[in-house]
Amino acid sequence: MAKLKINGKIVDIDADDSTPLLWVLREQLGMTGTKYSCGIGICGACTVHINGEAVRSCVVPVSSLDSSQAITTIEGLSTDNSHPLQQAWKELDVPQCGYCQPGMIMTAAVLLNNKPNPTDEDIDAGVTNICRCGTFKRVRQGIHLAADISKRGRS
Amino acid sequence: MKKNRINVSRREFLISSSQLGAGFTLGLYLPNAAFGKTVQQGAAEESATEVPEVNAWVVIEPDDTVIIRIARSEMGQGTLTGLAQMVAEELECDWSKVTTEYPTPGQNLARDRVWRSFSTGGSRGIRDSHSYVRKGGAVARYLLVEAAAEQWGVPMSECRAASSVITHVPSGRKTTYGKVAAAAAESIPPDEVTLKDPKDWKLIGKPVKRLDTDDKLNGKQVFGADLSLPGMLNAAIKACPVFGGKLKSFDAAKVSKLPGVRTVVAVEDNAVAVVAETWWQAKTALDALPISWDEGENATVSTASIEQMLDEGLTSSDRVFVGNENGDVKKSLPAAMKTVEATYRYPFQNHATMEPMNATARWTEQRCEVWCPTQNGAAALDAAAEAAGLPVEKCEVYKIHLGGGFGRRGSFHDFVKQAVAIAKQMPGIPVKLLWSREEDMAHGHYHPITKCKLVGGLDEKGNLSSLHVRISGQSILASVRPKSMKNGVDMAIFQGFRADGDHAISYSVPNLLVEHAMRNPPVPPGFWRGVNINQNAIYLECFVDELAHAAGRDPLEFRRALMSSHPKSLAVLNAVAEKAGWGKPAAGGVHRGLAVVKTFGSYVAACAEVSVDSNGKLKIHRIVAATDPGYAVNPQQIEAQVSGSFVYGLSALLYGECTIKGGAVEQTNFHDYPSMLIKEMPEVETIVMPSGGFWGGIGEPTIAVAAPAVLNAIFAATGKRIRQIPLKNIDLRSA
Repeated sequence: MAKLKINGKIVDIDADDSTPLLWVLREQLGMTGTKYSCGIGICGACTVHINGEAVRSCVVPVSSLDSSQAITTIEGLSTDNSHPLQQAWKELDVPQCGYCQPGMIMTAAVLLNNKPNPTDEDIDAGVTNICRCGTFKRVRQGIHLAADISKRGRS
Repeated sequence: MKKNRINVSRREFLISSSQLGAGFTLGLYLPNAAFGKTVQQGAAEESATEVPEVNAWVVIEPDDTVIIRIARSEMGQGTLTGLAQMVAEELECDWSKVTTEYPTPGQNLARDRVWRSFSTGGSRGIRDSHSYVRKGGAVARYLLVEAAAEQWGVPMSECRAASSVITHVPSGRKTTYGKVAAAAAESIPPDEVTLKDPKDWKLIGKPVKRLDTDDKLNGKQVFGADLSLPGMLNAAIKACPVFGGKLKSFDAAKVSKLPGVRTVVAVEDNAVAVVAETWWQAKTALDALPISWDEGENATVSTASIEQMLDEGLTSSDRVFVGNENGDVKKSLPAAMKTVEATYRYPFQNHATMEPMNATARWTEQRCEVWCPTQNGAAALDAAAEAAGLPVEKCEVYKIHLGGGFGRRGSFHDFVKQAVAIAKQMPGIPVKLLWSREEDMAHGHYHPITKCKLVGGLDEKGNLSSLHVRISGQSILASVRPKSMKNGVDMAIFQGFRADGDHAISYSVPNLLVEHAMRNPPVPPGFWRGVNINQNAIYLECFVDELAHAAGRDPLEFRRALMSSHPKSLAVLNAVAEKAGWGKPAAGGVHRGLAVVKTFGSYVAACAEVSVDSNGKLKIHRIVAATDPGYAVNPQQIEAQVSGSFVYGLSALLYGECTIKGGAVEQTNFHDYPSMLIKEMPEVETIVMPSGGFWGGIGEPTIAVAAPAVLNAIFAATGKRIRQIPLKNIDLRSA
């Protein structure tokens, strides 16, 4: 039985080695905020953080992980929608259907960690998630706003 | 006046937006609430401890929480918030205390369709229901004020309601909705109420925030694919990839020992499903399952064979229907000073909702229940009953938020029928069927394929004197709703070319003939956000641009000359031209293109700015879009819909194409059916200019102007006239 460290907690996993992290999260741990959409690592709906990097969990076999890696899912981003991205997303009403948004937010969170003041070019390069409702305009505004909120928080 | 009426139990509202965080918990016990009983019987037993509804649309809790019932489905378009605004406007409630819930389609049937239509498509959510939804709020307000007046022993006319507080004006006494809701629930509603004059609206027209955002920020929002019920199993499915093909056989023994597998079942006559403890186990086993198909007569259908079919229709006189005609094109065209002819093409496209198709079903001989994301709960219920082999009264559908709809989840409930067909083979066990992305790509209800030949005649002044439009191709209605056709004619295919109505042509042409040669390839078509206006707007708006250039005239001025009888269309066109700076120089290398249509009852226009570099690389810099929907219920949501519609529309323009080989769709996932990314997103400037007096749609109209405006701008930039999409197939280097 494998052990994983998810949102700060060590959890026991009982799944075939080839099972993608996505399905362990969704079906063993009941953490359905991480979404299935393409299953081939393209759309980004399943994005989680592994050691601070944005990773598409649908193509990460659970066998490649152990409890030394810190996995963060959308459920672990904050306990109360207080992450600057969540605040900005709420302020701007970013989500439409909302299905891609956990992955979008998790992707943006890593971008902001790496580049606290991202330019539009940084956003273009760092956010490659698909959104069929087309929230991109507000996603871009939201990332900039979150950067501002973070700055205010630090000052 | 008192009534003796049984309320529908609040507990029967299984999945509501207000309760979705607790959706799982509710799912544990609620599906049984009305098990084997009528809704009223179930309610009577449970209503003792519950807050009764004021009327079908409004429930008010003792703490003044306002629960507004929404029959249409929220799929990102904001209708949940917009419709709640309309009820709340007349209810005069405190907006900060508003939450919403979905009634079920079964309750709707049991209550004589009190919530009327559940259909959420055709940009109709608000424009079709504004009147009775507002009336629902107004009646509830009446009952609440009446109850307060009765308690005080004063005339109703002396009482005023505002922000959930009722005031007896002469005495200054006050009470709240929560305090009188139970009494109001006992009264008989008035038959007629007076709705507010639009000039008195306080909430309608305001850019209030969406009511459904919080749970979409932290993973709590439950979509159909996320549902979990006690004892639930998971199913993965594969249907014959060839359209019309059948399941011949499968070798279950090869996979039945794989981890978690419970059973392998045939589904209807064309599919096989593996049911396992988890979906990943089911999918893994399905991928390993030997299956043989009877591919049937469509096994040789290809994009090329369909192309031949459409080409024949461009000139044929067989099965040709007239959609709009005035003057005499056949006489006037030969007399024109100059004629221009062009043929355009629009491909099959998949909806590609982010959340693949899914439904969860539980079947017994007495009852069938389905939980699913659907744009039309009532149609889902019909599909469930049909597949269950049970009367509709013994079935129920619980709606769950949709991870995208775009038309795929409205008229087609193939996924519901399949889920029920599987559940029927495992009585009593809830089974969640989830399609893989690959299954979703292979079994869409695709944007129809058409070609269009246009011939235009210019007079000596360079004005358009005659226009002959021949559309050849696929009818959605012939496949989906043949009963809605008259004498074999699909009038929906003439969207944007009609003489009048919601989809009227924006121009007056002295001699006009618009025809459709119906040619239906064996690929299932469907309503795809925008429906037929997507191709028709390209056909007409790009061709009008061609005509303007052939006449040596400015495309804006050429259009204006045809629009003197279309003032609202002219107004949106002028608005985008002015804001974009039409006629003034753009930044270096940037070129502009225009498009205007009336569709879904709204008037929309766009001006696109693009550049194309020497390698043929396109950049769409900006799109200015104007919408006149008559009334604008929530301008912020309109802005979001317009901006979002361009992502859907431009993805279609840039990448959207499903090709057919061996009777099956060749594309399998987002790697070969891409969707545009944020780096390709133009700046979008939205002008919302409601002129009042009518109700137009919002979700779809602007999608149609994105592609033609960009294509016309590409012509301005390169001199290349693009007459087929997607652009991924086209070399854009200058002509």
